[in-house]
Amino acid sequence: MRNLALSDEILLTVDKPARYIGGEVNAVMKDPKTVDVRFAMCFPDVYEIGMSHLGIQILYDMFNRRDDIWCERVYSPWVDLDKIMRERKIPLFALESQDPVKDFDFLGITIQYEMCYTNILQILDLAQIPLMASERTREHPFVIGGGPCTYNPEPLADFFDLFYIGEGETHYFELMDLYKRWKASGAPREDFLKMAASVPGIYVPSLYTVSYHEDGTVEAMMPVCPEAPAKVQKQVVTDVTNTYYPEKPVISFIKATQDRVVLEIQRGCIRGCRFCQAGMVYRPTRERDLDMLKKSAYAMLKNTGHEEISLSSLSSSDYSRLGELVNFLIDEFGSKGINISLPSLRIDAFSLDVMSKVQDVRKSSLTFAPEAGTQRLRDVINKGLTEEMILTGAGQAFEGGWNRVKLYFMLGLPTETEEDMKGIAHLAEKIAERYYEIPKDQRNGKCQIVVSTSFFVPKPFTPFQWAQMCTKEEFLHRAYVVNHEIKDQLNRKSIKYNWHEADVTVLEGILARGDRKVASVILRAYEKGCLFDSWSEYFHNDLWLQAFEECGVDMDFYTVRPRAMEEVFPWDFIDIGVSRRFLEREWKRAQKGTVTENCRQSCSGCGAAVYGGGVCFER
Amino acid sequence: MNVRVKFRKYGNLKYIGHLDVMRYFQKAMRRAEIPVCYSEGFSPHMIMSFASPLGVGLTSNGEYMDVRVEESPSSAEAVSRLNAVMVEGIEVLSWRALPDKAGNAMASVAAADYDVRFREGYAPEDGWQERFRIFMGRPSVTVIKEGKKGSRELDIRPLIYDWNICGDVIFLQVSAGSASNLKPELLMKAFSESEGMELSPFSLMIHRRELYADQGTEEKRRLIPLEMLGEEIGRA
Repeated sequence: MRNLALSDEILLTVDKPARYIGGEVNAVMKDPKTVDVRFAMCFPDVYEIGMSHLGIQILYDMFNRRDDIWCERVYSPWVDLDKIMRERKIPLFALESQDPVKDFDFLGITIQYEMCYTNILQILDLAQIPLMASERTREHPFVIGGGPCTYNPEPLADFFDLFYIGEGETHYFELMDLYKRWKASGAPREDFLKMAASVPGIYVPSLYTVSYHEDGTVEAMMPVCPEAPAKVQKQVVTDVTNTYYPEKPVISFIKATQDRVVLEIQRGCIRGCRFCQAGMVYRPTRERDLDMLKKSAYAMLKNTGHEEISLSSLSSSDYSRLGELVNFLIDEFGSKGINISLPSLRIDAFSLDVMSKVQDVRKSSLTFAPEAGTQRLRDVINKGLTEEMILTGAGQAFEGGWNRVKLYFMLGLPTETEEDMKGIAHLAEKIAERYYEIPKDQRNGKCQIVVSTSFFVPKPFTPFQWAQMCTKEEFLHRAYVVNHEIKDQLNRKSIKYNWHEADVTVLEGILARGDRKVASVILRAYEKGCLFDSWSEYFHNDLWLQAFEECGVDMDFYTVRPRAMEEVFPWDFIDIGVSRRFLEREWKRAQKGTVTENCRQSCSGCGAAVYGGGVCFER
Repeated sequence: MNVRVKFRKYGNLKYIGHLDVMRYFQKAMRRAEIPVCYSEGFSPHMIMSFASPLGVGLTSNGEYMDVRVEESPSSAEAVSRLNAVMVEGIEVLSWRALPDKAGNAMASVAAADYDVRFREGYAPEDGWQERFRIFMGRPSVTVIKEGKKGSRELDIRPLIYDWNICGDVIFLQVSAGSASNLKPELLMKAFSESEGMELSPFSLMIHRRELYADQGTEEKRRLIPLEMLGEEIGRA
């Protein structure tokens, strides 16, 4: 029997002990004596969230295919266990071996959202690894970050030894081989960092210095040694069919947030919405081959026993062979008690037909994401969804028996006026009116329209990276305008309105476009007890405000300040393929309300074609 | 066809609660490609029911569930196919066809065997075994049982069918099931109180050995293990 790091008494005290015992179906066990590299792969949030992440499952499978590497998993201990581990000085351990993470060669942390930054410090702290990379020695693991937030890693630069910019399938093995050579050589820690800096996509923050203008903006970022490249190139898998994809994902005992087989059908998105970071940084759009997906679906369902399969992509409707794939899944698995879940579908006749086959129409709702309330603003953000498309789609759905609609919008978008805010209410009203056009005896009771607004956060590497963010007060004012307008309308009883919290949005904005100066604030907030900031019941805005105050860091500098076109951004040392020139062009077109066609309609010359694959070379 | 499955839950799987074990078996059945029947409707679920939920922290050599299958491989093959997809901590022990008239596992449970021991450092003062014997000699053991309609007094002594002590291990055969279910903790709590100490939540290590149906009369019990109500399925 595997020995556990935590005693029986602790495990029977904490909530959901299954989070900490490992040993799940398809978890990989190896003999530590037979491997050269121990890699702890961490998702810095609670187990059920972390276990739902596809990226870790892909890399876990990839690493463990090599006999000389053992990759294990680590998640954030929940607050109850966190307290016990601190009191009793129990070092954080990996789930498979239950060995302390501090004895590993690498600690890899995926950084999926800004509000997990204090959890990263918790992981390091509980692991008994110095929080500051500069204080680590040969005895400590190398801490490497990956994932979407590494497209601006600067607020976290002090805490990481390395960042991997791009898709992990490409150069990780090269990095591991260099590491083995370094480990055998007995050379100092810095030597490995220099060697690593020459691997494509690897960013070693300690090998760069940043200088600032008097106004606080970045003047320049310079490598301090010849091994560190001036520009770090994002790495992508050109052929997403002939690559790593897990056939035996690990299955949690307790219900994970994604308790299903996840089939990633493509990477990237052809649409080019101007607020969307994923839509830019994952360019070029690359589709997986249909046969590979069929085989993969079959193998994963067989090896997991999951009762549901879900397609994953930024915009499933744009997958060119979606119809064939969905029909295959329905024919092959629909009769075997397997649910088929199809998120991110555009609502049209095809998707409604498919959805009516795989779900109970009366129990499910339709989702539209117009993102903005008027056509003018939708043109500004380049969201190619028109009111006509929404009303037609909703109309078809209502005729087909649906009566629940969810609508997602953003407030605080560049150029937004009161007319745009009210437009959100008006669009919801028109959808309700469309429903009540159906004769009373043919419709299914009242319709329920849920309008949700989030607040817009400008993200690096988007055309809106120059945009000013609203203040908290302004955000709440805009939500008030929407709420008021909805409550003034005839069909107000059919429309429910939710809005996001403004405090956390402001903070997200600071961390998203922050520089190295923000690191001290993250550290201070963590020391004050901030943890699980993405869980609203644990988010303490007052502690964050104190941390900014005490560190002398001005929040407004990162949020509401206007940015000049020529400003050097903290993340400009990364090359994502999409050029700064293209982003500038898109920012200008946005202000004029000029739409840019999607990648399949015509190439806009964004620059992602340098990767030599995907949609750029479809014709 | 309805099948009764017996399994063992040991080691680290004691931290997995009853509902998660159920989910675990639903997935395991699919991995083993056993054609379990589904309910109708848009969200069909496997027709599967468990005899008696085992609390978190307990181990067992006698767990049961019933499943309805479209067709069944032989018992030997089903057991080996299921064990090929198990994790350490759960082992399938038997797979037996139930006669049509058999009640389901949950309704059949009448008694259970337990091994109870004190965790190291939590046992009462030396000589507690002898004092336990005297305690069990009482004609009645009254406890306060917390129920849905408030607490009430209950004599649990008649619910203990058999017992003995071997070294540090207390063996108990107690009434179980929907009619009158006695958790060993309740008896041990009463004993601890007679010792003048409070039973802390970690003092006991409890292992379930078997679950029984009662095929006797009102006057005389005839307990038989739940698996004996089913029959081995031979090779076709």
